[in-house]
Amino acid sequence: MEKLSTRAGYGKALVELAEKYHYYVLDADLAEATKTIDFSKKYPERFFDMGIAESDMMGTAAGLASCGATVFASTFAIFAAGRAYEQVRNAICYNNLNVKVAGTHGGILIGEDGGSHQAIEDVSLMRTIPNMKVLVPSDAVEAKYAVEAAINEPGPVYLRFGRYDVPVFNTNEDYSFTFGKANVLKKGSDVTVIAMGDMVYEALVASEELEKEGISVGVVNMHTVKPIDKDAIKIALESSGHIITAEDHNVFGGLYSAVAEVVAEFGGKISDRIAVEDRFGQSGNRPDLQKEYGLTAENIIAKIRNLMK
Amino acid sequence: MLAKEQLTQHAANIRANIIRGTHYAASGHPGGSLSIADIMTVLYFEEMNVDPKNPKMEDRDRFVLSKGHTAPALYATLAEKGFFSSDEIFNLRKLGHILQGHPDMKKIPGVDMSSGSLGQGLSIANGMALYAKANNKSYRVYTVIGDGEIQEGQIWEAAMSAAHYKLDNLVAIVDNNNLQIDGEIGTVMSPYPIDEKFQAFGFHVINIDGHNFEEIEHALAEAKTVKGKPTAIIAKTVKGKGVSFMENLAKWHGTAPNREQAEQAIMELTGGSL
Repeated sequence: MEKLSTRAGYGKALVELAEKYHYYVLDADLAEATKTIDFSKKYPERFFDMGIAESDMMGTAAGLASCGATVFASTFAIFAAGRAYEQVRNAICYNNLNVKVAGTHGGILIGEDGGSHQAIEDVSLMRTIPNMKVLVPSDAVEAKYAVEAAINEPGPVYLRFGRYDVPVFNTNEDYSFTFGKANVLKKGSDVTVIAMGDMVYEALVASEELEKEGISVGVVNMHTVKPIDKDAIKIALESSGHIITAEDHNVFGGLYSAVAEVVAEFGGKISDRIAVEDRFGQSGNRPDLQKEYGLTAENIIAKIRNLMK
Repeated sequence: MLAKEQLTQHAANIRANIIRGTHYAASGHPGGSLSIADIMTVLYFEEMNVDPKNPKMEDRDRFVLSKGHTAPALYATLAEKGFFSSDEIFNLRKLGHILQGHPDMKKIPGVDMSSGSLGQGLSIANGMALYAKANNKSYRVYTVIGDGEIQEGQIWEAAMSAAHYKLDNLVAIVDNNNLQIDGEIGTVMSPYPIDEKFQAFGFHVINIDGHNFEEIEHALAEAKTVKGKPTAIIAKTVKGKGVSFMENLAKWHGTAPNREQAEQAIMELTGGSL
């Protein structure tokens, strides 16, 4: 299976969609890393490097958007959602401006840069701001669809992308992306895993493995974390014995919380979760970090086997 | 150009409505609103291409009140210009009315950008100016920044950006009233020398008396002649200007006048009643 990072998918999408839509792209001295570099070379008149000044970048994006522009503001997730949080809130979201905040390098699984750069709070921070919508694509194919969906969605959108090359699996002919509507990749009567980002593929691997043991595991790709697809959660609750969530994000405020909020409405429960258990990341290669933080298909399998005992 | 008497009258009306607004709201920031009243008068009655009947006119000049807590000055100016009825001033900061405690572009005709969280306005004004450059538009962008506000680091990020992108369609006016909540800016956290700092960041800098209409007019005219760099106007002002008992006192930063004080202030300003 081909492997590509979702940030690469973002970069490709910016170039591929540039003739169909008009937008500006801002970056904060990370164009190589956020993959906006190809756009910057092909459309220099629509690209502004704002230097290492994320707060200023968000303000500038707001100013451009207030004049009618669609703007992508790109940097690492930790700086987009963390350092510039208040600018995103007050300059962009408070005014419901058409700025798409692109946070690359989201999660623990960005690897070697370590805990200071591993954003495990970004989905939580962005999700809590009124007007903000949150998209977390699961592979490079979906990243492009997410970018286009963000362009077509009025107002601010936060997009979270990963660093490492991961399997590109959204390649079926019937693949489609609808903003706010989860993709049900598999149905399962025993357990449904509701996952976002990199963990969707891990959930698929786990599901296939468990099928051999006669355990029926559904997989829901919750690419839109806000507004979350309540119907998909309701159906999962009704059709599976258990639901669990899986995310490369802190357990507080991310997908687990978002799903729990809906489950609380419907009166069910989340039987288990795969998430970062409220601790910071650290340096390591991706496979080692996956094991250390339990962000693996194996851990999903273990948790489901435990539920089936 | 308007006659000095007309400008003086507009400024007095604006100041009186700053007093009315903060008095009836029983909160708000009169001191720093009064210090920018003359600047606001020149901007809206002489300088800026805006249309009260068409607040969203596409190629209008833009204004960002970076020191957003002095919203009463902006509201009083917009009302004086005819963007909305001056009766709205009586409902400043009240639930269900348009005039929010800090400027809100979604609710208030004539407000080009919400503000209030200090340090952000210059970045936003840069974005507006950048849009004009990128789209060959001739409109200009004005922002008023507090002298205490420039303690925020983002101002200097934005100053760097404005010069880097050669935003000669941008004018940043620093309201140098010398006072912030905790006292004199030089004592709290000195940003001086303000002019040299902006100069070092690549601005064309003009020092003026922010209560002298001619100096304000000349500075804005000079800014239009500058090519390839943004202009910073450092306006020396008096906090509480125009109200005898408010001038140069930090305590009037965020204190509303009571009835007696408001009546006296308006008597001094226009001879009118509350």
